[in-house]
Amino acid sequence: MMLTLSWVLPLAGALALLLVGNADGRRDGVIRWATLVVSAATLAVTLAIWAGFNGASSEFQFVERVPWIPAFGIDYYLGVDGVSLLLLVLTAFLTPIALLSSWGSIERKVKEFSIFMLALEAAMIGVFISLDLFLFYVFWDAMLVPMYFLIGIWGYDQRIYAAIKFMLYTMAGSVLMLVAILGLAWLHYDATGSYSFDLLRLYTLEIAPETQRWFFLAFTVAFAIKVPLFPFHTWLPDAHVQAPTAGSVILAGVLLKMGAYGLLRFSFPLFPEAAAYFAPTLALLAVIGIIYGALVAMVQPDMKKLVAYSSVSHLGFVVLGICAMNVQGVEGAIYQMLAHGVSTGGLFLLVGMLSDRRHTRLISEFGGLKAIMPRLTAVFMIITLASIGLPGLNGFIGEFLIMLGAFRWNPRFVVFAGLGVILSAVYMLWMFQRVYYGEVTHEENTRLPDLRPREWAAAVPLCAMAVVMGVFPTLFLRPMESSVEALIARVQARQNLRVERVEQPQSPTPNSQYANSQVRSCGVGCWELEESVR
Amino acid sequence: MLALIPLFPLLGFLINASLGQRLSKTLSGSIASAVMVASFVVSVMTVLNLAGMPAGGRAIEQTVYTWIASGDFVLDLTLRADPLAAVMILIVSGVGALIHIYSTAYMHEEPDGEYARYFSYLNLFAAFMLVLVLGANFLVLFVGWEGVGLCSYLLIGFWFRKKSAADAGKKAFVVNRVGDYGFILGVLLLFVYFGTLDFQRIAAMVGGLPPEEGVFGALSIATLLLFIGATGKSAQIPLYVWLPDAMEGPTPVSALIHAATMVTAGVYMIGRNAVLFSHAPETMLIVAVVGALTALMAATIGLVQNDIKRVLAYSTVSQLGLMFLAMGVGAFGAGIFHLYTHAFFKALLFLGSGAVIHALHGEQDIRNMGGLKRYLPITYWTFLIGSLAIAGVPFLSGFFSKDEILYETFREGHTLLWLMAAITSLLTATYMFRLVFLTFHGEARGSGIGDPGSDAHAHHAVDPGSRLPDPGHGHLHDAPAAMALVLVILAVGSVLAGYVGVPHAVGGGNPLGAWLAPSFQPPAGTPEVGGVAGGGLQPSAEEATEAPDAASLELTLMGVSSAMAIGGILLASVIWLKRRELADALARRYASIYTLLLNKYYVDELYDATVVHPIQRGSDRALWRGFDVAVVDGAVNGTGTIVAEGSGLLRRLQTGSVRAYAGSMFIGVIVILGYYLWR
Repeated sequence: MMLTLSWVLPLAGALALLLVGNADGRRDGVIRWATLVVSAATLAVTLAIWAGFNGASSEFQFVERVPWIPAFGIDYYLGVDGVSLLLLVLTAFLTPIALLSSWGSIERKVKEFSIFMLALEAAMIGVFISLDLFLFYVFWDAMLVPMYFLIGIWGYDQRIYAAIKFMLYTMAGSVLMLVAILGLAWLHYDATGSYSFDLLRLYTLEIAPETQRWFFLAFTVAFAIKVPLFPFHTWLPDAHVQAPTAGSVILAGVLLKMGAYGLLRFSFPLFPEAAAYFAPTLALLAVIGIIYGALVAMVQPDMKKLVAYSSVSHLGFVVLGICAMNVQGVEGAIYQMLAHGVSTGGLFLLVGMLSDRRHTRLISEFGGLKAIMPRLTAVFMIITLASIGLPGLNGFIGEFLIMLGAFRWNPRFVVFAGLGVILSAVYMLWMFQRVYYGEVTHEENTRLPDLRPREWAAAVPLCAMAVVMGVFPTLFLRPMESSVEALIARVQARQNLRVERVEQPQSPTPNSQYANSQVRSCGVGCWELEESVR
Repeated sequence: MLALIPLFPLLGFLINASLGQRLSKTLSGSIASAVMVASFVVSVMTVLNLAGMPAGGRAIEQTVYTWIASGDFVLDLTLRADPLAAVMILIVSGVGALIHIYSTAYMHEEPDGEYARYFSYLNLFAAFMLVLVLGANFLVLFVGWEGVGLCSYLLIGFWFRKKSAADAGKKAFVVNRVGDYGFILGVLLLFVYFGTLDFQRIAAMVGGLPPEEGVFGALSIATLLLFIGATGKSAQIPLYVWLPDAMEGPTPVSALIHAATMVTAGVYMIGRNAVLFSHAPETMLIVAVVGALTALMAATIGLVQNDIKRVLAYSTVSQLGLMFLAMGVGAFGAGIFHLYTHAFFKALLFLGSGAVIHALHGEQDIRNMGGLKRYLPITYWTFLIGSLAIAGVPFLSGFFSKDEILYETFREGHTLLWLMAAITSLLTATYMFRLVFLTFHGEARGSGIGDPGSDAHAHHAVDPGSRLPDPGHGHLHDAPAAMALVLVILAVGSVLAGYVGVPHAVGGGNPLGAWLAPSFQPPAGTPEVGGVAGGGLQPSAEEATEAPDAASLELTLMGVSSAMAIGGILLASVIWLKRRELADALARRYASIYTLLLNKYYVDELYDATVVHPIQRGSDRALWRGFDVAVVDGAVNGTGTIVAEGSGLLRRLQTGSVRAYAGSMFIGVIVILGYYLWR
């Protein structure tokens, strides 16, 4: 019941708000508080789920299952494992912060805004806990609607273009995914005589490698758009820049994680051989994204766009880790998702505070703010350092584990991905310098107020989380370990099975790449020596 | 116990960072200094503890907790004090405490909040630096490594209103990041290779292998990558460019971070992995060559710079080069010895320059100084001692350590590298005494009129209302008590510090060398993995078999380097003390060389033109505006336009006119009927 509660609670809050009359904006304050309380209660529920979660088990936990449309094998089927647990908590953690961030900036249609935010939270949570593909798809598309309105109604001047672009990009992907989901159910019917959308049952389905590739592509394009993987990323800068602060925080903090989560939950374990076939290509795109995103971020005149492109770079690391498909790679990828949620969510929050004060996001409009708002500067510095992966803060753990995992898989990717480490310092510190250091160049900036209590309440949890995640990563790594190991075992077992069967009649397939990833030439004849050392 | 050493300064940081705005200057300065003294006391106790142990097994280890655990990658936050770390913690906490005390006076004109901010950064730096030297594995070292880089960034840019300061801070961080990129790749390679990142375990495994031969093998690549990291942190070619700019920070920061401690981290890191590096002869050669080249190049630049701190900065780059030369020829003990003596005299020199700048209210150009000897006696005498020590004048600390490097280089057969180092010694003495003579001797040139001959090459004329008050009025006051005390202590250190490492040739026992030796060997008691006995490094055995002619060789070389030092000083005294016009004549005569040196070989300009600008412009025009906006978004919007316009065409059919619909239905019926009839 806990899982149902976790998504129904915000939805119920949204529905209850519908009934509140607020035509003249009289009840804005009450509505804001009520929304915050509902989202805090949701956070409490997810924390209770974490507390009750058994990290030693790789099974899905808190499972709920009720037949929904029995004729097609569609169930209301929920559960969490180590992969989804912390993403669920992240969602519930960021929503109250996003709500707090909007208290100063959303003055129009507060009720409607609150409803959309809570509905969005419900849908996002639903995505992470669904174990039925049909149910998953319902949540996946339901998520788009509130986001579309959040951007389109409360966004900045080009909000309509951005909202439609966001919608069309994502829909283009999800239509493909829908076809693939229906196709999977049909394949199940073909094999067993009954339809099923049950993820765990579909995991066991034997699919011919050539068929797998089509299915893999259909799912992966949908997820790649969401990640966003280069070159499917151009919706992101527009959506981010035009969205209100709360929308950007949620977009960067949670929505982008859906793509990577989808790769881990669906693309790779459902179609392992196709995954092995496409992994190098995906990794290549990821590495291009890491460098490309960083370089383009560097030259942005708009702070929000800069942070948006930096997400392309950071999420490239996540995909690289997933492609490595070993413990460090995948755990690093999940960790990086959480860390990115905290630090990039934080960056959007802080940029939003500046933009609320000055109604501009152009870097050139600022300068010398450190003298005027030292507290905001200090918080921004911490989040900046978290974002560039300083050891001791959250970003480092994920990046390092990903690079370690990817290095064990194929060092060449890491040689290029590592350049992102240099570039992230370049673009972040350059922005920091232009905004906070130097003399105050604009008269308007001299009277800007420093952090207000409400803003402290939003910023402090993020900073604290950045430190905790950097200093005590095992708190977060331990719950995911057995699930990640099970996931990798699932992907590899089926690859090996296939390899054994295929070996004699056909020429060598590329499928074996994960199976023997330990022994690979790195081009300098170094691995032979490794044997002699051991 | 060990964890207390970095925890004390961390505590100071937390207090000053959180409450600093509300603390008085005296209180925040005292807290910051007190935690450093506490850390020093614990360090001394730790070292005494180590000294009480048998020579082979001196190590204290403390595992704080498991930091990262992911699959087979389990990494503990472990601190380990061994003889090498012992030397480093004494330097860091000792010199660190002195510089904190000095800073309480030096920074006194800052407003309260800024004062506390300064000390919080300085404490944080000390904490990270102590983690760096105590870390028992690569990743804990890396925490310190990045942490000190951060503090360096924050402190260089401490006066953030100045664009040059903020630029310099960013440059330092970014250039270091380039090095870190190599470092991290090296660490990954080592983990994949050895399955551990613990220094001792790696040393034990490597100890059993023969040195790598032939073309670059994994060990050579890994160590080379680590060395790239070291060139960033320790300002070597090609990544030294950030250090001279780092002088934008407050002078005590230059003394502590950019001279005595942080910049030696790269040297320390190689010393820490002596066994690993000595198994990669190709890397070692590269280290030695880069070190020697850097030493020579920086010394030549130092010869013509006019900013008192920049001269010292290039001197630091040059001395670090000598340390790397020592590391590269396998003389790890000599390198660390020089690191240790350098910490004294370079901190002294920087703090002395700070006292000068403090007295002159911010003036840093030596062309506007001169004759300060009379007004700043304490500063002058201590600065002179520091200069004599760095120049390598016999029986001061720098003499012994530099001499050992030169001797070891020669003995290992690197005659050319030795020659480069010897020339560097000559140049060091020359530029240091140029600095001494121009700053403290001769006429006072500060009143803005100046000695007409001395400013022939001043591009920017001296400020009309120069900040240097008329010396005749006695406004110039020597260093205040807290600063003077520190100068004197460091001066004593600069004289005496070398006596822990007096070489055998002149009757010393080199106790420092013997103390450090176990740190450069595979750990005792670990089973030999490959069955090969011992590592490539057995200093004790070598010393035992040292032939008598080695001692005479060492004495000869000592004579040569003493002659270099004294010759350099004499040269400087001729040019800049006795015949000032000679300097200008030389500069005019060799104008192209002079300009080249004055502009630091145009390396910054080269990097800007070949790396910085192309990347920036390419990203802006080609990637963002070219690819992202034009190609991808063009395609996306193009699709949208085609769909919209196509629909627009189709829409024309939906006229809403019943007659038109009826007409088209009629035509349709005719066509279909016709088709069937015709068929």
